[in-house]
Amino acid sequence: MKKIAFFKRPGTWVLLALTLGIFLLTQSFGVALVFFLTFGAPLYFMEDLPAYATTMDKIGKYIFLLICALIFLFLITPILIIIPLSFNAEPYFTFTEGMLSLDPSAYSLRWYADIFRFGMLEPDGVTNWWSDMWDNATWVRAARNSFFIAILSTIIATFFGTLAALGLSRPEMPYRAAITSLLISPMIVPLVITATGMFFFYSQKDLFPFFPDGLAKTYFGIILAHATLGIPFVIITVTATLSGFDRSLIRASQGLGASGTTTFFKVIMPLILPGMISGALFAFITSMDEVVAVIFLADVDQRTIPRQMFSGIREQISPTILAVATILVVISVGLLSMLEILRRRSERLRGLAPQ
Amino acid sequence: MSDSTSPILTADGTPLKAKLAQTTRRLRIKALLLTLPLVIFIIITFVLPIGQMLYRSVHNPTGIMVTPNFAEAIQEWDGEGLPDDRFVEIFVKDLALAKKNREIGKTVGNLATRVNYEIPGSRSLITSTARKAKNIKEGPYLDALIKINKKWENPAMWLTLQRASKEYTASFYLAALDRKYDDKGDIVMADELYQIYIPILMKTLWLSAVITLLCFILAYPVSYLLSTLPMKTSNLLMILVLLPFWTSLLVRTTAWIAMLQTEGIVNDFMVFLGVIGDDGRIQMIYNMTGTIIAMVHILLPFMILPLYSVMKTIPPSYMRAAKSMGASTTYAFTKVYFPQTIPGIAAGTLLVFILAIGYYITPALVGGNDGLLISNLIAGHIKSTLNWSLGAALGTILLAVVLVFYWVYNKLVGVDNLKFG
Amino acid sequence: MKLKTLSASILAAGLIASSAASAGDITVVSWGGAYTKSQVEAYHKPWVAKTGNTIKSEDYNGGIAEIKAQVEAGNVSWDIVDVELSDAIRACDEGLLETIDPADLPAGADGTAAKDDFLEGTLYECAVANIVWSTIFAYDKSKIKDGPTKMADFFDMEKFPGKRGLRKSPKVNLEFALMADGVAAKDVYEVLATPEGVDRAFKKLDTIKGDVVWWEAGAQPPQLLADGEVALTTAYNGRIFNAVAGEKKPFEIVWDGQVWDLDLWVIPKGSKNKDLAMDFLKFSTATEQLAAQASWISYGPARKSSSSLVGTYATDASIDMGPQMPTNPANLTNAVQNNFEFWADNADQLTERFNAWLAKG
Repeated sequence: MKKIAFFKRPGTWVLLALTLGIFLLTQSFGVALVFFLTFGAPLYFMEDLPAYATTMDKIGKYIFLLICALIFLFLITPILIIIPLSFNAEPYFTFTEGMLSLDPSAYSLRWYADIFRFGMLEPDGVTNWWSDMWDNATWVRAARNSFFIAILSTIIATFFGTLAALGLSRPEMPYRAAITSLLISPMIVPLVITATGMFFFYSQKDLFPFFPDGLAKTYFGIILAHATLGIPFVIITVTATLSGFDRSLIRASQGLGASGTTTFFKVIMPLILPGMISGALFAFITSMDEVVAVIFLADVDQRTIPRQMFSGIREQISPTILAVATILVVISVGLLSMLEILRRRSERLRGLAPQ
Repeated sequence: MSDSTSPILTADGTPLKAKLAQTTRRLRIKALLLTLPLVIFIIITFVLPIGQMLYRSVHNPTGIMVTPNFAEAIQEWDGEGLPDDRFVEIFVKDLALAKKNREIGKTVGNLATRVNYEIPGSRSLITSTARKAKNIKEGPYLDALIKINKKWENPAMWLTLQRASKEYTASFYLAALDRKYDDKGDIVMADELYQIYIPILMKTLWLSAVITLLCFILAYPVSYLLSTLPMKTSNLLMILVLLPFWTSLLVRTTAWIAMLQTEGIVNDFMVFLGVIGDDGRIQMIYNMTGTIIAMVHILLPFMILPLYSVMKTIPPSYMRAAKSMGASTTYAFTKVYFPQTIPGIAAGTLLVFILAIGYYITPALVGGNDGLLISNLIAGHIKSTLNWSLGAALGTILLAVVLVFYWVYNKLVGVDNLKFG
Repeated sequence: MKLKTLSASILAAGLIASSAASAGDITVVSWGGAYTKSQVEAYHKPWVAKTGNTIKSEDYNGGIAEIKAQVEAGNVSWDIVDVELSDAIRACDEGLLETIDPADLPAGADGTAAKDDFLEGTLYECAVANIVWSTIFAYDKSKIKDGPTKMADFFDMEKFPGKRGLRKSPKVNLEFALMADGVAAKDVYEVLATPEGVDRAFKKLDTIKGDVVWWEAGAQPPQLLADGEVALTTAYNGRIFNAVAGEKKPFEIVWDGQVWDLDLWVIPKGSKNKDLAMDFLKFSTATEQLAAQASWISYGPARKSSSSLVGTYATDASIDMGPQMPTNPANLTNAVQNNFEFWADNADQLTERFNAWLAKG
């Protein structure tokens, strides 16, 4: 197969001509760019067609790739588009004329400032601005709740989930299928049902030790709920790591005289750690994103970011929500990168380097 | 020289077979013990709460709580015509007592609410009668009640009171299936204008099917592309799938509102291109269309990931072999490639379908009026109309539907094959 | 190490947030927006100044779900709640509220005993009314020149084209529909009590169904009007007034066919700060405070002795509040009082039908 450089193919020139035409017609740089990327990406990936391919084959392949490009566009556009929109100087959810012509005054950070100012007693106050913001700003409080709940529920979910996954992946495990489906079920059962059940159950008085008033409207109740919802993800990722795990390593370690604890911490742990961490990341993001259980179980003091977004969207949707959303996207990108690094590390450890 | 019939012994003299069995048992118990903490955790935080909710859908002893003596006595009544005055006397006395009771769950208001679910308008009947009950000093008690309000002449009223006086009831399941008791106590369909739960349940199933199909149509080519590209490129493109997967549901829902609202980007773009006029903007959100688009976007990664992991294991040489033996591309695809992807299709479609049936947040935010799903009705009964038993009954029905599909998923795919990324 | 201290401080922050409530602190729950602001100005601030306690103000969208959940769980965090009459009656019937003795309420400024000073039908076993409010419909004068004047105009798509804003609930909408269909205000509930009447109301709503934008929170309708999302919208009269007086929006209220109702204070049973809540209730329903609230929002005070004190708008003395009140005689020519008993009896069933009707698309 002979590779023809992208810019030497005739299709590329047709595309460039069309893009120029579109640009002249619409006078919009953005439209032309989107056009060029959407129709150009398939062209770029056309390279691997064998020499004997007919024109029909080529057209078919191009159409297939174009469809894929459009699907990818569908997947990613909504997430990317909110980022520039969150810098809109106007309280609208769309690009203004000024934004399109890249006029700096059409962009502003006012919605980001709003995240900190909204709910503050004196947003323009001079003294105690920081403590006022930390204690009273609605979104800041929501973020604190979110992180607090997510971190604790992740710890619980990861601990119990890993332990169970270790048992489930032992060859001797009895009733494996039944127990696995039980432990995965929090992911399958509709959230409304889970949340309703917890709402009634946790509201009972004099049932839970240390919580005579019940677990509803306590941080502990929400943490338990979120841990429950995160557990299936931990189980799935840790068992997946363990399924590729060479059990002869355990026997080798034992054969060399290591105790059970040593074997666990020196042999098993390092190998399943990437799986555990990615499971924990899943549990973390599940909790950070969960809103139904919070709607049913939480008090207004315990509102989390998604809960705040939910009422914001329902009642008065403002671009502040877009600014929050943008920050959440950035967090997602961070977590995803961490996951990718872990995956590579895990593959390297197990000798499964990518081809 | 060992005798071939005598069992092989281990060092301590026990037969090897027994020793092996013992070891296996110990290992099994050890494995089980590792999962035990989580199993207990899940039972307490998840199974018991749901079990209790199921119980609530049939257990509603309001009558016993509010008018205990009447509840016990009325069970003897044969349900023909109007009850004897001795029953009514107990009722009047219970009601007068209940009027003074302000304990939660035992007030006249609770009984009034319960009966009002079955006979609209009986709330004020019962509360106003209760206010006057203490003034009724002597019989005939039924006539005295009818003097207060003619509705007491209606036998259905008494039948409903009899039903509400039992520990367990099927009334809420009937209501959840758009059925009710008629005046004679027989089960009939509710008036068509008031039927809502079955239509919405059907609509939920249908919408989930549509969403699943759309996800499949969109996921198949993308997964195929990802599985055939070189690892480096496919990992890069995979980010486009995983980023949405890792982005908050609410962020994605917000994004779709920004995209699809009448003053939003898609409409602006179409107006800009001249496809539609400025006054011809299309309503794409806060309705069923909006729900479908947003949910397809949210659930698409759940279809792509299992499809991709199956497709990755299919060697490309199979297709080439088929073609080199003279098969057309279509033929090679349908006869060689497609059948091998069926496990991935089963995994993806079932997962997406199951998740779609129970969706709540997205329809609640972008569903408007015709994009609502059964979960939204359940939440409504729990959070606003306060008919908790009906909410629980609807929840049980939804749970049963989901569990059936989960069971199928388990049979066809197996939960241990669930993977992300 | 850094990560450790960071997470530790986050945990600590969370724990502090969980134990914020202290003594002398009550939670007052109301409808948010301009309405809550009027209460903050007229009730909260003076009460806080007088007693030194603090108030946590919370917003909700009505209904007794939260009260019921809190009371039944025995974990009551709302101390005093502003509710609609039908909800107050139902919650009281179900034993969810503390009882309030009218004799405990302060006498009017002119010395009249509370039970005589409050308007008829504003004192209940568990609830004390503070204001009379109304659901009306409104439009943007700058967009519609010869505006609508009567209820029927709201349903007239030819004369007044454009989207309609309605509250997502059968309440009030059915009454409006019947009045628009020619039923006299005084007969509305009589007609609505019959199956034919309900059919008639829904049939009338059918005529505009395709053009309705449904709202849920009281702050939404003025926003819908301002954004041009709707041409006409039903709304709470005070919200429209505040958009006009406070933000100089060119909105106009149509009083014909208004459905007026009461807002009442209730104290959920088992409130941890019951005595403080009661003190706040007595303070806020005194003659002076009710009159003061009426200078912030156009809702009529529930005490007779307050009426004479109602003057001008708090931040703009050129606006006389009297004509803005639902109870102003000129606004009452064709008006209905919300029939709480009808809705207590029929809300379940009509909500079901309303939802079924909505879902049919």
